Amino acid sequence: MRGKALGLGLGALGAVACLSLPGCFSNNRHQGPRLYAQACAGCHGDAGQGLARLIPPLAGADYLAAHRAELPCLLRRGAHGPMTVNGILYNQVMPAARVDDRELSPARLTNLLNYIENSWGNHAPPRTIQEVERELAGCPSTLGAGASN
Amino acid sequence: MSIRFWLAPALAAALLTACSGPADHQAARLPILGERDVRPNPNGGPADTVYATAPAFRAVDQAGTTVTNQTFAGRAYVTDFFFATCPGICPKMQGELLKVFKPYAADPRVGFVSFTIDPAHDSLPVLRDYAQRLGVADPNRWHFVTTGRAAAARDSVFGLAKGFFTAAQPEKAAPGGFAHNGTFALVDDQGHVRGLYDSLNPTEVARLQTELPVLLAEIAERHPKATAAQ
Repeated sequence: MRGKALGLGLGALGAVACLSLPGCFSNNRHQGPRLYAQACAGCHGDAGQGLARLIPPLAGADYLAAHRAELPCLLRRGAHGPMTVNGILYNQVMPAARVDDRELSPARLTNLLNYIENSWGNHAPPRTIQEVERELAGCPSTLGAGASN
Repeated sequence: MSIRFWLAPALAAALLTACSGPADHQAARLPILGERDVRPNPNGGPADTVYATAPAFRAVDQAGTTVTNQTFAGRAYVTDFFFATCPGICPKMQGELLKVFKPYAADPRVGFVSFTIDPAHDSLPVLRDYAQRLGVADPNRWHFVTTGRAAAARDSVFGLAKGFFTAAQPEKAAPGGFAHNGTFALVDDQGHVRGLYDSLNPTEVARLQTELPVLLAEIAERHPKATAAQ
């Protein structure tokens, strides 16, 4: 009896595992561009081009490499105040990157940053989730950006 | 909520366009949008059709100049509603209007006016900085205007937005605190709204770029002397 119940339980577990397996093969490889389209493209443009002197570009932006370790916090918290990108001083409010009114997990931030940092002519070493988690742990308690410029 | 915002002007445009398609054997004419009033002729002739006009406005631009409907008398103008700190659709919207603006940057036949829906924040220096950062050097070509910082100013700008077929209202959940759609309105020399365009749709923006010269040609027909003088 007990063995039968155990067998059933294992079977159910197996079924659950099978059902959830496709989750492991989800389209996460394309999560970066999808998140970019949802959270960033409205302001920074479809090709990271920015907008005049209002919104800084991401394509070819020196800020990305110069502030690499701060970028997870920047996305998580948003930014306001002056920020210099490619020698141009910007001064707008950037809201925290959110999708469906939720903040982005370290995994999603990782995919998003890897996409931004390797698109439109940008090249950067890939980030790992662990790296992004470490950098998030050191986020300053108040939002801001560019103050160190 | 936002979907409904899109639908209203689109539907209005579609319906009205259907009712007043261009007549055959005539130069293409843009429709006149909005409610129209048919008044019987007391002398028994054909009834008069009175077309809706854009709402009256009085605002101040980034240079401190008062801008009213009269500023654009005899000329076409394009309107939109934005706010300087808008993290939602505004950058895209203003980027698209910038594309429409550039070929006309030195053309007095058409003016551009962007109303802030956040007059409490968007003071004249803020508007000036915004215009300069967008690359608009001449405030007389593209006015970034506020209806004023008084409490009533906000209500009046939301009413204006409605008059220009743009939905705008404060909404806590919306990015930046305001929900609005990105409609461009094209207004003719007589104050009639002749076209509405969804700035987030590239096809619609292209349609504005196509229809603006059509309207300018119509205005030139009405004011041959004024055009010749320029």
